Parts: sequence; C-alpha cells; structure tokens
Amino acid sequence: MVLKVFFPSCCSSAESGILIGRWIPEQSSAVILAVVHFPFIPVQVKQYLREVQQVTNVNISVLGSWNNSKQEKEESLSEFLEDLGMIFSHEPWIQISKEGDSKFWNCSTLQKQSDNHREEEIILVYYDQRKVMLSHLHPPLDTADLGAEDASKLSAIFNTVASSKVLFMTDRYDDGPIKMTHWQSDGVEASIIVELMKQASVPACMLLTFLLSLVSGVCNSRVLKFWPLSFLWSKLSTCEQLGHRLQHLQVISSSKKAQNQTQLMRKANIFVSLLIDVALGILLMSWLYRKNQIGHLADTLIPVADHVAEELQDLLQWLMGAPAGLKMNRALDQVLGRFFLYHIHLWISYIHLMSPFIEMILWYVGLSACLGLTVALCILSDIIALLTFHIYCFYVYGARLYCLKIYGLSSLWRLFRGKKWNVLRQRVDSCSYDLDQLFIGTLLFTILLFLLPTTALYYLVFTLLRLLVVVVQGLIHLLVDLIDSLPLYSVILRFCRSYRLAAGVKFRVLEQKDGKPLRLLMQINPLSYGNVVQTYRLPTYSCYPKDSWASLCKKLFLGELIYPWKHKGEKQE
Amino acid sequence: MEERRYRSASGAPLALRCRQHSASCRELAVRCPRLQLRSLSAVTSAVWLAAYGLFVLCQNSMVLSAAIFLTLIGLIIYLHFVKIDQESLLVIGSLGIQMTSSYASGKESTTFIEMSRVKDVVINEAIHMQKVIYYLCILLCDPQDPQGVSEVVPLFQSSKPRLDCLIEVYKSCHEILDQRKTASQPDGVK
Repeated sequence: MVLKVFFPSCCSSAESGILIGRWIPEQSSAVILAVVHFPFIPVQVKQYLREVQQVTNVNISVLGSWNNSKQEKEESLSEFLEDLGMIFSHEPWIQISKEGDSKFWNCSTLQKQSDNHREEEIILVYYDQRKVMLSHLHPPLDTADLGAEDASKLSAIFNTVASSKVLFMTDRYDDGPIKMTHWQSDGVEASIIVELMKQASVPACMLLTFLLSLVSGVCNSRVLKFWPLSFLWSKLSTCEQLGHRLQHLQVISSSKKAQNQTQLMRKANIFVSLLIDVALGILLMSWLYRKNQIGHLADTLIPVADHVAEELQDLLQWLMGAPAGLKMNRALDQVLGRFFLYHIHLWISYIHLMSPFIEMILWYVGLSACLGLTVALCILSDIIALLTFHIYCFYVYGARLYCLKIYGLSSLWRLFRGKKWNVLRQRVDSCSYDLDQLFIGTLLFTILLFLLPTTALYYLVFTLLRLLVVVVQGLIHLLVDLIDSLPLYSVILRFCRSYRLAAGVKFRVLEQKDGKPLRLLMQINPLSYGNVVQTYRLPTYSCYPKDSWASLCKKLFLGELIYPWKHKGEKQE
Repeated sequence: MEERRYRSASGAPLALRCRQHSASCRELAVRCPRLQLRSLSAVTSAVWLAAYGLFVLCQNSMVLSAAIFLTLIGLIIYLHFVKIDQESLLVIGSLGIQMTSSYASGKESTTFIEMSRVKDVVINEAIHMQKVIYYLCILLCDPQDPQGVSEVVPLFQSSKPRLDCLIEVYKSCHEILDQRKTASQPDGVK
C-alpha cells in the first residue's frame, strides 16, 4: 500500500533529529507529532514516550529520522541516522532529508522484515498542527466507536493530534533531557485574561447557584401553587419564558466541567444568548424610559382600546342589519347582537376603571425588560392577549353556539332519515321512531336549519378576528424562539476561527518534481453556516401546532375550539 | 498536462484538462464557458429600460436608484453563488477523491470523500427535463458494509459534459481506483 506521511509544517525548518509520532498500520500512514533533537539518550527517549503514552492513550513511538542539512549532504550524519534505526526498532523506518532551502525533500523507508523489497510510493502530506489540534470534526463520532479501530482515517489523525496535548507542553526553554520541535516549542502561549476569568468563574458560579436555588425555592413554594394562581402562571407566556431562562442559568452555573465538545458549545451558546438578550433588553429599556416614552404609551393605550371597542360595536351593528346583503333572522340577530354589545360595554367600563393605574403598571412592568428582550416580547404578547380578551370570549361563545347547532343538526338529520348514532358500536344504525318523535324532530330540524346562517355568520366573523390575534401573537413567539434558539457563539466561531468547526479536509497539490514523493497540503474544510446552526441549535419549550391544514379546517367547520399554542409538558386534551 | 475540447449536454463548449501529478494522483478539471459580455449587457439594459419606463409612469427617481442597486446586488449574487467557472476532480489513490467547484467570484467549494467510503465510479443515465443525459457519479458505501450502496454523489453537475468527455474521465479514474484492488490482493487472504 502507499505509505502516507503526515508532517507538521512547523517542523519544516527544524534541526536534524528523530521523528516521533503514531503509526497507523491499517491505513499505512504515519502521523508525525514532533522532532527530537541531538543530543539525546535513547533510553530516556523511550521512557519519556512511555510516560506520554500512559497519559494520552496514544501509541506514540519513534518513527524515523529527519535530516536537515544546511550545506552539502553530510554522509556521516546520514549513516548515523541509519544506525539509529537499529536502536529504535520500528517497522518501517522512515527517513526524510532536506537539503538547504529546497522545497523537494527525499523520503525513503527501510524495511527489514518484508519479503519483497518493492519500492512503494510515498505521499508527503503537510498539515498545520495547531489548527488540527484545535478543530473538531463533524459529525462527531460516538465515544463507543473510539474503543475499536477508527473507521475513518481523518478522525484517527485528528484524534491523534488532539490527544497529544501533553506532548506539546514542553518547549525548548525547559531544562529536560529531551529537546523537541513542535508547534509550541517556541514557548507555551496563554492569555492572562482567560486565566483570570477561569479563576473568577468558580466563585461566580457558586454565587449564581446559590441565588438560583433561592429563586427556584420561592417559585416552587406552596403559596404559588394554589389553583387560580397556577392556572394563571401556565397561561402567561412570560412565566414560561422566565422558567426557560432559569433553566439555562442553571446549566451555565453548574459546577461540573463540560465533558465533551457538544456540551461545551451548548454552555457557550446559552451564555452568549443570555448576554445578547439582556443587552438588547437594556437597550430597549433605555429607549423606553428616555423622554417619557412609557407615559406616551400609556396615554395611547386607552384610546386604542376604545377605538377597538368602537370598531367592534360598528361591526356588530352591521351584523345586526343586513350584512353583505344577506337576510338574517331578525329576532336571533337582535338577541346575539345585544348580548355581545353588552359585553363590550362591560369591557370598556373595566378598562376605564383601570385607566389611572395604567401608567404606573406599565412603568413597573417595563422594568422587567432588563431581564431580556425575550421577556419584554413575551410581556407584549401577554398584554395583547389581555387586551383582546373580549375577542377571545366572543370567539368561544360563537364557536360553542355554532358547535351545538351543528351537532343538533346532524343528529336531527339522522332522525329525519330514520337512523340513529349507536354509541356502543360507534356507528350509525337504523332505528324506528314514533310518530310524535318524528314530528318534533322534524320541526326542530327545520328551526335549526333556518337559524343556521345567522349563527354561522357570527361564528365566521369572530373566528376571523381571533385568528388575526393568534397570527400576531404567533409572530411575536416566533421572534422569541429565534432569539432563544440561535447558537450565536457557534456562528461567531465559524466566522472568526473557521478551523475549529471542521466538516472535513481538503487537499491541495503542491509543486512536484519527478522522482520525489508526492507533496500535498492538508487544510481544514470548515462547516457551512446552515450546518452550524442546525447542529448547535438550542432546544426551545414551545412546539408548533402539529395539526395539519386538513384537520384544522375540519375543526373550524365543526366549531371545535382551536388551541394553537400547546407547550411541551402540557397534558393533551 | 493536456487540454481537449468537448461539448456540454446543451451544446456549450467545454475544455477538459488532465494532469498527472504522480503514479497514484490525478487531477481532472472541466472548464465551463465564461460569462459573456453581451448577455450581461443585454440583461442590464433590459432591467434599466424597464426601470426608466416605470420612472416615466410614476415620476419617482427612487425607481432608478433601486434598479441600479438591484442590478449590482443581482450581479454579485450571481457571480458568487450561481456561476461556476470550473469543476475539478482530484483522485489520490489510497487517500480519497476530492471535488472542487470554483465560482466566478473566486470562491471554491470543496468536498473530500475518503477512499474507504468509495465503492465505485460509474456513468449513469438520467432524464433531465426533456433530455436523457449521461452523468458521472461516485457510489459510496459504509465501511462496515462494503456490498451495499449508501449514497450516490453526482459529479460535474453544472457543466454536464457529454458522453465522450465522461468516458475519458471514467477511464482516468479507474486507472487509479483499480490500483487499490491490485494492491489489496497480495496482502489479503481472500
């Protein structure tokens, strides 16, 4: 098989020495991790490699020799390097030599035990050690597969480099017996800010955990779980959003370190999402409280509510007349119309009763925008729901009336034809009715049938209004979900450090020369933005209506009530 | 390195360039025709004439600036996301197969498939609109299940060369792919 040598580009200018790395026999590839320079004692080198192997679980060994001669080819050195092959027995012993500043290197192998001495082809693949060490391949393999041989070549190489971090910790300023060249041999780099933040994060997490336990203790107390209050909390979307964010805070402040890449990215995404949310919320707050915007909002709220009520009254007057040229049943029309008009009158009275307190309530409620833009949007959605509560009531009345009528009509229609619904067998059976039953049934059926257009029209109008409100609320919830679930940290990482999220690799063919091995450059192929968002999306608490359009239309036709927003965890009715 | 002229399925002229880097590494590149100046100017003048017509109707100069803006944005989007200049295939025996598409704006989108996942490279027929065309595709398999085909990856989708060009590419690919079969035979027990 063709022999592949993965050589780190940082070692291209290293002094002569021996190569250490991992040999993968199934793929006939050698991953070189570092170059050990002269002078060294072979016994110490072997012991060091054993220690590293114990810590990292990677099978590191001495793979070959590296000869970087600045002047003419030194014969004695190359013989010495060949003799080294006897000391560190490795099959095959790889010899790479570079002359001066030439780009084209000589690469050969010494096979002692093979039967046929055929010249096998060698491919030299350069790779950027730091980038390969820091990057993560997607889709990530399960840890269960890592025990057996790596099915994929690339993941084997990435794992080898990533697991050998401890090898890269010694640099050339250390006074050990072994001098190596790798990507960090010029000095280990670290950032003071990162170290300080790591130190500060431990007490901060403990404080946050304590505060959160207090808050969740208060929330779970018995006082708030009485029936009217618990029903109210479950209906308000603000409480759902606050509970969701509390969960996020608990994830961040947990003292357990993230086990793998996915958990770490999840924590980082939640942290950045919370930060951006709070920042946008504070921005909104500063805009609201400047120039008395709250006062203006409160001043326009009552006239808007009045205007909506007036429009509804006009609509009802129109329905009570001859809407769209249809002829309504006068008596039923008047009854329904007056009932709804009285309702609106009550509603307006309540709003006017509350009007002196509106500004103060809004002022305090607006303060909660500092908890995040999502909370502010949820409050807006709840305010819309409260203000249009009368539309919801009208929809429910209209729907129940219409539903009753439809059921009555269908049952009496069956009676008209001489059939009956068998509850036990869940099917329609024939039945013989008495004459008076048939008479009353037919009479009722006729009455219901002729009253149907009036009820249907009221139902249609109020259903459309309710759907309008539902659509507006739905858009707000969509925006909240977007802010909740967007993995901003991953997107920014993909933008700034694209080598950290790898979809694969790409090879570039470098200049070739006849007789020399094939030279390739291995670069990291970053994940596309769509894949990044899909892989690292944060889960949200709301599930969108699973009803298909057909079942929705059927429910509308029959007059069954529609509940568009079902939250995960709610019992399905 | 040779360059030969062929035609695409719709009649446009293509050029196939074949480079042999080493005994087990070959690069095959199909170059599509470049963006023509006359089609670009035709589209631009059509859009601007329509905008001028609208301007004469409604006397709002925003229409003109909007038309210029739209033309620029549309051209950038076309060059960066739609117009493919060259599609190339790099076959490295024992490493894998790499497909690269270079767009007119210089962007390159690359996919690399490891050799253990490649089962075979074949020429298939497909019904595309009203024509029956030939296309080259790579059959992928799961490393655990070498007999089944898990995915089909079509190649040269935007240039769509005709059968003669595809046969050249097929022969080149198979010269390298067959090497791995001969390499495995002396080592394998089967």
